[in-house]
Amino acid sequence: MPVTCNSSEIATADERCSRGVSVAIKKVSIAFSGRTVLENFDAEVTAGEFVAIVGRSGCGKSTLLRSVAGLETPQAGSITLDAVPASNGKPDVRVMFQDSRLLPWRRVLPNVMLGLERALIPQARKVLAQVGLAERANDWPATLSGGQRQRVALARALVHDPNLLLLDEPLGSLDALTRIEMQQLIEDVWRSRGFTAMLVTHDVAEAISLADRVILIEGGRVALDEVVSIPRPRTRGSARFAALEERILGRVLQRRPVVEEQW
Amino acid sequence: MSVSQKSPAMKPQLRPSNLAKRALPWAPPIVLLIVWQWTSSVGILPSRFLPSPRAVVSSFIELSASGELWRHVRVSTLRALSGFVVGGGAGLLLGLLTASLHWAEILLDTTIQMVRNIPPLALIPLVILWFGIDESAKLFLVSLGVFFPIYINTFHGIRSVDRGLLEMGRTYGLSGWPLYREIILPGALPSILVGVRFSLGFMWVILIVAETISARAGIGYMTMNAREFMQTDVMVVGILLYAILGKLADLLAKGLERYWLRWNPAYQTAR
Repeated sequence: MPVTCNSSEIATADERCSRGVSVAIKKVSIAFSGRTVLENFDAEVTAGEFVAIVGRSGCGKSTLLRSVAGLETPQAGSITLDAVPASNGKPDVRVMFQDSRLLPWRRVLPNVMLGLERALIPQARKVLAQVGLAERANDWPATLSGGQRQRVALARALVHDPNLLLLDEPLGSLDALTRIEMQQLIEDVWRSRGFTAMLVTHDVAEAISLADRVILIEGGRVALDEVVSIPRPRTRGSARFAALEERILGRVLQRRPVVEEQW
Repeated sequence: MSVSQKSPAMKPQLRPSNLAKRALPWAPPIVLLIVWQWTSSVGILPSRFLPSPRAVVSSFIELSASGELWRHVRVSTLRALSGFVVGGGAGLLLGLLTASLHWAEILLDTTIQMVRNIPPLALIPLVILWFGIDESAKLFLVSLGVFFPIYINTFHGIRSVDRGLLEMGRTYGLSGWPLYREIILPGALPSILVGVRFSLGFMWVILIVAETISARAGIGYMTMNAREFMQTDVMVVGILLYAILGKLADLLAKGLERYWLRWNPAYQTAR
């Protein structure tokens, strides 16, 4: 499903949507010391789309994301961003990891400024304010809570104005309330900026509340590719939400019967 | 002794019991000092064997008033520091090199580990032969002694930098010097500073031996010279000077740790 640019923003839809890149994953195979993680894996993400990738632990979803980020090199196949191979220098792809990976020896603002010139300090402060941490700019990361650290990590990714934001279970270690807050924040930022987003998560509800499309990976292949057509903002309590969650969860949990059905 | 004026709000429970806790570590040396002075003054302890504390203090005052003491301290400190800079700098650079470049590790590490097992003091006969007894001999010995703790800890520090942070840095386009400046060096710094503290201790040990064997100035020379004339008080002054200088060097290193590692919660409360 093509992304719907939210009309509540001042910028025109074209301007916002043009920021995202499309991702094409073709026949990608990855194996670690003989163990196949992904095999002949195909997937496409259109520009500006928010795709969530779910699956059991060890299904290869993180590996997929890491290879899109260029952190893993597939043994076969290709990954292209707007038809350019992902492996060569892509300054506009940013990754958010499960742990914030803030530099403990830099205060919050310098962490957000990582890799930027000093002239961009005002911009970094603006993004920091956007994630609600303007007043913590001079604190050490060690003094922040887990949720706050992830906000800083998000700010650090956003200052670069990425075309593609890769989220590798960024909310996995947060408590339930902070999680919902962060999901809201990520959705808001994505809607106002229009980058392409790929989110790896094991939380199906999180995937449904954020993504345009949910991809389920099983055995190194796409097992389910489900468009989420629930209008935003999505409420978890709604019947459609619950039905979809039930369906995807059922698919994740009862792998064998469904596979047999397919064959 | 002045009791530090910590804000009571910060450490409310550390008042009277804290005073006792702080005083207690000083009790053994003070008792020892009193016993020492008493045995000296009643004559149980002959001054040829060990001078009384009072004699040591007056000898200290005399030596520092004449300026002789400060000349020796200056010479020794200068030797120690220049050896530290040369040896420590080399250890840091080589540690960076072997930890960062695989071929450098293959080429150099085995050799360095072999040389490391030679006690620097075992080289004294050769060093005297090569350099004579002038400054370069002492500089060489101190540099050699300081080199290894810093080399090993720099190597270890760089190797143990958090891989996740390195990966993150690369996704932000950092490489080369910016990657070193932002991630590798700060990540290795706690370990490097451990090496610095080790080597500072080692630095004095080697300097003392080097100075007592061959020198024309310095604390070691002063002490050995005093032995010739049976000036036990001057000898004790020299020994105490080493203790004070060693402690000062350690305090300096600790200060650096507290400043450079202030981001680390483990060092924020360290005293």
